Amino acid sequence: MKLWKTAWRFLPLSLLLFLTGCMGETNLTALDPKGPQSQWLFDNMLLSLYIMALVTIVVFAIFFIILAKYRRTPGDDTIPKQVHGNTALEITWTVIPIILLTILAVPTITGQFMLADTEPDPEIGEDTVYIKVTGHQFWWQFDYEDEGFTAGQEVYIPVGEKVIFELHAQDVQHSFWVPALGGKLDTIPGITNHMWLEADEPGVFKGKCAELCGPAHALMDFKLVALERDDYDAWVAGMQEEVDVPTEGVLAEGRAVFEANGCIGCHAIGGMGTAAGPALSDYANREVVAGYLENTDENLEAWIRDPESLKQGNNMPAFPDMSDADMEALIAYLRSLDVQN
Amino acid sequence: MAAQKQEKSVIWDWLTTVDHKKLGIMYLIAGTLFFVKAGVMALFMRIQLMYPEMNFLSGQTFNEFITMHGTIMLFLAATPLLFAFMNYVIPLQIGARDVAFPFVNALGFWIFFAGGLLLSLSWFFGGGPDAGWTAYVPLSSRDYAGVGLDFYVLGLQVSGIGTLISAINFLVTIINMRAPGMTMMRLPLFVWTSFISSTLILFAFTPLAAGLALLMLDRIFGAQFFIPSMGGNTVLWQHIFWIFGHPEVYILVLPAFGIISEVIPAFSRKRLFGYTAMVFATMIIAFLGFMVWAHHMFTVGMGPVANSIFAIATMTIAVPTGIKIFNWLFTMWGGKITFNTAMLFASSFVPTFVLGGVTGVMLAMAPVDYLYHDTYFVVAHFHYIIVGGIVLALFAGLFYWYPKMFGHMLNETLGKLFFWIFYIGFHLTFFVQHLLGLMGMPRRVYTYLGDQGLDTFNFISTIGTFFMSAGVILLVINVIYSAFKGERVTVADPWDARTLEWAVPTPVPEYNFAQTPQVRSLDPLFYEKIHGDGTMKPAEPIQPIHMPNGSILPLIISIGLFFAGLGFIMMNMDNPIINPWIVAIGGLVITFGSMFVRSVKEDHGYYVPVEQVKADLKKGGN
Repeated sequence: MKLWKTAWRFLPLSLLLFLTGCMGETNLTALDPKGPQSQWLFDNMLLSLYIMALVTIVVFAIFFIILAKYRRTPGDDTIPKQVHGNTALEITWTVIPIILLTILAVPTITGQFMLADTEPDPEIGEDTVYIKVTGHQFWWQFDYEDEGFTAGQEVYIPVGEKVIFELHAQDVQHSFWVPALGGKLDTIPGITNHMWLEADEPGVFKGKCAELCGPAHALMDFKLVALERDDYDAWVAGMQEEVDVPTEGVLAEGRAVFEANGCIGCHAIGGMGTAAGPALSDYANREVVAGYLENTDENLEAWIRDPESLKQGNNMPAFPDMSDADMEALIAYLRSLDVQN
Repeated sequence: MAAQKQEKSVIWDWLTTVDHKKLGIMYLIAGTLFFVKAGVMALFMRIQLMYPEMNFLSGQTFNEFITMHGTIMLFLAATPLLFAFMNYVIPLQIGARDVAFPFVNALGFWIFFAGGLLLSLSWFFGGGPDAGWTAYVPLSSRDYAGVGLDFYVLGLQVSGIGTLISAINFLVTIINMRAPGMTMMRLPLFVWTSFISSTLILFAFTPLAAGLALLMLDRIFGAQFFIPSMGGNTVLWQHIFWIFGHPEVYILVLPAFGIISEVIPAFSRKRLFGYTAMVFATMIIAFLGFMVWAHHMFTVGMGPVANSIFAIATMTIAVPTGIKIFNWLFTMWGGKITFNTAMLFASSFVPTFVLGGVTGVMLAMAPVDYLYHDTYFVVAHFHYIIVGGIVLALFAGLFYWYPKMFGHMLNETLGKLFFWIFYIGFHLTFFVQHLLGLMGMPRRVYTYLGDQGLDTFNFISTIGTFFMSAGVILLVINVIYSAFKGERVTVADPWDARTLEWAVPTPVPEYNFAQTPQVRSLDPLFYEKIHGDGTMKPAEPIQPIHMPNGSILPLIISIGLFFAGLGFIMMNMDNPIINPWIVAIGGLVITFGSMFVRSVKEDHGYYVPVEQVKADLKKGGN
């Protein structure tokens, strides 16, 4: 059997896969970094990849030479020379890996301290944005404590500034991850962690929960929206404004439904939110319902009527019997929650 | 003097056996059943992930499957399959008549099996455990996980006792039962790696048992070791778990290294290159394996100093592992290599394991691990180690030792076909998962959204699983086919191999060696082929051979433990049929009662008379 020929044929195939297989979606993949932290991680991943590719090539080369040269021909009963070892060779393949690992050890340590540096950026000083993140089954809460408001599911940051995140968990362990911008860190009940992220350009970056947290772990997505500083300031100002409660028309009806069904007990609108459900202050600008569904009226209605079928194990009560008129008013009201106009 | 051996029915004979060879085969069968079960779960999970937003499994069922897949594969498939070979081969390779404590050996098997059954019962009582095989609290606490997790805790606790006592037995056997002349530095590498692996079990399964006991107290008796709102600490569980969990990888992979170190020299017709370096590399790997548990926790927030220390310690493991890789390569270098199925698996292990190893070094870079951690990159990495390392080695060992264990060869054509289908399927499945991880796919997700760039590689990965499944089906066909049509083996040494297990006749007599062999070198059988007449010289005259009697007590003791565990689990069930305390205490009474019977009942074993030994010798063998 021509083992090496077959194996040789697979090598270009795997390279081809690597090159043509798209790098994943922009604003999600870590292979297309969009911030200084993810750029550093990407560069050092490549460094380790190059060194490890070198090791792999050496091993594979020796392996394929063996496959080509040292097969026994049928009927050949000779016994090859019995070698007990070779000190020089063995020292070589002990020392070379040590050197290679030392090369990797340097960025490992410096990078570790760079990532752990969650002091405010000295250039920005007191204006450094500081966001308290809390992981819940299965959504994310973002408290802007200095600014005095809470956002749910979508976190806004200014472009080109180091933003500090303080990580908490309400129920079980989660892990906060925006692949295109940087590394992840766990949110753990009873423990406070800190990390930082920075975006080079405006955009909506996709975030994930990376630690198994229950049945709907896969759907615990969130969005990180990076805005230019002016736009960001405008958004903050909008979030800080007193929310007008509508007094007439369908919006008032919707607000009444919102209060009568107890939605308001969990979902704050304006100000610092409660911890039971995502705050809805800027709901009209949400990209998705429930973290992953396209934000259409049909999906929103389906979610309110039967959340369990869309996100197993979430804590929101179902409202299967809400009248169509109430539902319409409620959705209209939710659609009016917009701080960006 | 005790009586001669009594004739018994076949089933009773297997239920009561204390013969290491029969127990080896029982481990092989039990391990295979669990392997197939966990493999089918993996297949189902990959089908669910074949397309985005599939509705084949729900999130809850998927979580139960990932938990059981990982738990079963590590505790109930890989461990017993390695134990199968260790049980069968170690006494033969060191020239012993059995293990040091045959009764304990049987006890180890039955307790492991009882624990495995207990774990599997969870499906019939409200669903499997669902917190991942690592069972991180609080997800595994009473507030978030149902009774399935109690099956996890007690099933593993019981089966862990079996593993632990088996490991102690191997340690004593290897230290005490070696044939004259078999010094420690003449031990075959498989015995060495099994020895060190058993040491790891001794030191790693004890913290696991402690951790499981704490989790049991939390879950069943309302303690608060791991509940943060009550002053407990969730990260404590992670430390305890990984102090066991990281060495567990080496517990499995070291004997796999050992199998490779037996198969490659045999079919290269060369002695192992750098034997001494191989032995010390194994020890260093084992030692470092204990020192690096926290590299599973780089993203927990331990701080830059702790992360750096664990990162550097982890990287260091690459050095002894590299030494092993090059020693295997240079064992083949200059050899006369026969590529039968066993050697195909063993030789392909080397580059495959390197691919898993290099991603291990990449993962060891703690800051960059912030990217990889808990993504499909990690899934790809450890499957390259576990499937590309341990499973390939298990298949190599199966094809290598099969003729000695069962008296016939496995079909080579089917075997090679199996190798290629499985090997190609393996790379299709797991290579692309490296990319999936970097492209933003977390691990343990039951679905993913379309148009995120994740569709193509997930599809390819699932296709690979079909290949692997087809390969395993071919292996089963091969086993059945060969049982009826396979080439019978009556010679002691069908492979022209090097170590002592090939010096005993096939089938192996119950007492293994009619006369304990005199060992004069490393690779003793090969040495006699070159310097002697090709047979081992006896170290003793032919004399009556003392053998232990079989006993049903190991089975009864493990049944007792099974019910004790079940009783504790029932305490968390809503409507137990009978009072759980009755079941728990009843089980413990059975267990300790049988132990008491064992202690007071005298059993001196029996002797195989000289005439019988001589008659066996005439029939064949050395």
